[in-house]
Amino acid sequence: MDEVKIYSEAVQYIKIEMGTEMFGIDISYVDNIVRPQHVTRVPNVASYIKGVINIRGEIIPIMSLRLKMGLEEIEETKSTRFIIIKMEKYGKIGLIVDAVKEVVALEDSQIERVKVDTSEELAHFVSGVGKVDGVLVSLLDLDMVVMEKSTKEE
Amino acid sequence: MDVSQYLEVFIDETNEHLQNLNTQILELEQNPDNMDTVNEIFRAAHSLKGMAGTMGYKRMQDLTHAMENVFSKVRDGEIKVNSAMIDTIFQCLDAIQEYLDNIQGGGDEGTNENAAIIKSLNGFLSGEAPAADAADDAKAAEPAKEAPASSASDSGKNKWKEIKFSEEQVDVIEAAKKEGKNVIGLTVYVQEACILKSARAFLVFKALEELGEIVVSVPSTQDIEDERFEFEFSVILITDSTVDAAIAAAKGVSEIEDAVGGIVEDTGAAASAADDKDAEEEVTLPEVTTGSNAPAAKAEPAGNKPATAEKKKPVVNRTVRVDIEKLDDLMNLVSELITAKNSLVSAATADNEAANDVGEHIEYLENVTTSLHESVMKVRMVPIESVVNKFPRMIRDLQKKLGKKMELYMSGEETELDRTVVDEIGDPLMHLLRNSADHGIESDVALRKERGKPEEGSIFLDAYQDGNNVVIEVRDDGNGIDVEAVKAKALERGTITEEQANQMSDKEIINLLFLPSFSTAKQVSDISGRGVGLDVVKSKIESLSGEVDVKSTLGVGSTWTIRLPLTLAIIQSLMVIVGDEKYAIPLGNIQTIESIRPDEVKAVQQKEVINLRGNIIPIIRLNEILDCNSAKAEDEDLVVVIVKKGDKQAGLVIDELTGQQEIVIKSLGKYIQRSKVISGATILGNGEVALIIDPNALI
Repeated sequence: MDEVKIYSEAVQYIKIEMGTEMFGIDISYVDNIVRPQHVTRVPNVASYIKGVINIRGEIIPIMSLRLKMGLEEIEETKSTRFIIIKMEKYGKIGLIVDAVKEVVALEDSQIERVKVDTSEELAHFVSGVGKVDGVLVSLLDLDMVVMEKSTKEE
Repeated sequence: MDVSQYLEVFIDETNEHLQNLNTQILELEQNPDNMDTVNEIFRAAHSLKGMAGTMGYKRMQDLTHAMENVFSKVRDGEIKVNSAMIDTIFQCLDAIQEYLDNIQGGGDEGTNENAAIIKSLNGFLSGEAPAADAADDAKAAEPAKEAPASSASDSGKNKWKEIKFSEEQVDVIEAAKKEGKNVIGLTVYVQEACILKSARAFLVFKALEELGEIVVSVPSTQDIEDERFEFEFSVILITDSTVDAAIAAAKGVSEIEDAVGGIVEDTGAAASAADDKDAEEEVTLPEVTTGSNAPAAKAEPAGNKPATAEKKKPVVNRTVRVDIEKLDDLMNLVSELITAKNSLVSAATADNEAANDVGEHIEYLENVTTSLHESVMKVRMVPIESVVNKFPRMIRDLQKKLGKKMELYMSGEETELDRTVVDEIGDPLMHLLRNSADHGIESDVALRKERGKPEEGSIFLDAYQDGNNVVIEVRDDGNGIDVEAVKAKALERGTITEEQANQMSDKEIINLLFLPSFSTAKQVSDISGRGVGLDVVKSKIESLSGEVDVKSTLGVGSTWTIRLPLTLAIIQSLMVIVGDEKYAIPLGNIQTIESIRPDEVKAVQQKEVINLRGNIIPIIRLNEILDCNSAKAEDEDLVVVIVKKGDKQAGLVIDELTGQQEIVIKSLGKYIQRSKVISGATILGNGEVALIIDPNALI
């Protein structure tokens, strides 16, 4: 897929925790990170969309990253955060994550691209895997994360 | 000259002129002898030409020039209006519109020369109108009057000879002469009909400065800039080029009637600097002002104006022309708002005593914000005139194309709607009108007679305000919708089953026409005569939170009714609680609120209904629709909000009322595939979000 460039600048990722795994979100997409607040449920939408919140007068849909990735939903904890990302196509969307860890910089050479492997559902959402201090960080392909499943029931 | 700052004004005004021309020419077609109309057209064409010239749109200028020439002749009674001419003029207007669209889209007029139109326009000039009425007077044949008689008696026109120089100027001129430069005196005559005299003069200055240096101008540059001159001005130019070149440069500017000039021989004697108005004025003018031409009441909505003209993309912001009075109202309200804020601040910082007044201050604040809201709304409102004005022209074209006689009658053009709505409403209305013209009005005149209708078909476009809504009706006295044909087609296409068909009312069947599957099919139009693009109309109107409805009687005609909310941004709504969630229901939809005992709810055809003062009204349990649990016990009285849509009613069962509130409607964003029931969201006082229920989708 992508060509590996020999000289490339490091891309910064926000490292988040989901269950036992670490994921990275390209920081250029991130608009804001907020503490959980009251989410207003929206009826008759896909189950992973938890509802909408108000951030400075803007209505922003909130999606459970756990549900979207096929993980089990858990209770909100102290470390739960909403990461507000900004997508060109959809505008702002909030992702509920278990915890936000740190910002890491990864160069292309530190990232191993993965082929989409349909055997595992999670693999859809991962564009590559980086290694930070010996820990693997799966880099999220936000377009895939945000995209509606085509098989979504009406 | 950098004209980009005038681009918006130019586009606005050109649009206005075009619209005006369209209207006037339609009028002229009816009354070819009405001189007032002709004059009006001439003026509009002339201004168009002038503006295009100023902005440097050469092709547009040429085209409008040709058009203006035609009307100049018509005005002088040299040629007569005929239908071929009207057709050509309409083509010409379309071409201008095209230029304008190009300009609006990319800042460039495009490359279409429209030579054919110009040629046929010029054809009318010489009286050789193609297919002209034979009766047309031959006196129009007098050819080549293109350029108005030029070069009159020169001596009288060379006003520059009367210029009196100051001493310094004499020095400068003499010095220049010594250097072997030409000192040229020039008098430039601006056409009397010119609107932007100062802009013209500025262009002349600009052209001349490319040749050399202007040392003297009479009147002074300042006066010229302020349009304080008649139709001529004189300058002294120090240059290397010739007199002819200078004259040519001046004449190169449009709307310049003439320019005369010569070498300045003699400077000394007349050097009485006396009435030499401050001519030493810097010659490099600042930006030329559009002077009287700038609309006084032109204003931009706040914060809507980033700098333009760095990119080639859409160059124009959407603007609303605002009556200055409305702005004054706004200003007053804002000052009141500040006052109210100040009293609150002082109340908050003062002792307990004063704190008691807080309630009063808040009440005041509330009053002010409500009025402020109303005023801002009014600023956003524009009459639908700007949209519907295009339609008479469209119907005329259709009439020719379809070979049917019909007339469009419009009323309520002054009805105001939010600018955003007005922008969007044009296409759906056009669809409906086309439908009426194409399929509604019978092509068979004999059939019309048989049905006791006049030969000429009538299409009506009526707009009026109804409560918080604006209603626009498109009505025709044509064929109406053939319900049986629609039903047959629907069965054939498998849209409905036989069984469903038998149960459906006529109205329901007609509503099938709004289904996308129906309208894309061309075949249906040859039977029912309806269905092209109706789904588009419906979805467009619904995206504006409006609704569209149709009533039709076969053989008598159809009425399409579009109902739109006055404004989209802020509404009055009823706040309700369902389960443990808060929702808003727009007040505009609500008729009454009733308390109903559970045993009053009856079941009819598996649907729950109530009998309210003789009306059987179906009830909808919102908790079921919204997929949540009602907090109420089954034997408690039901709170039912009766909502209406057109002549239909429904009762929405809620748990609790919390009151009326003014809410700002926000979109849920593009990401959420919102269910039809939810029309948007709003932010409550505590920062939480409440969803807005769209009762129209429930009925």
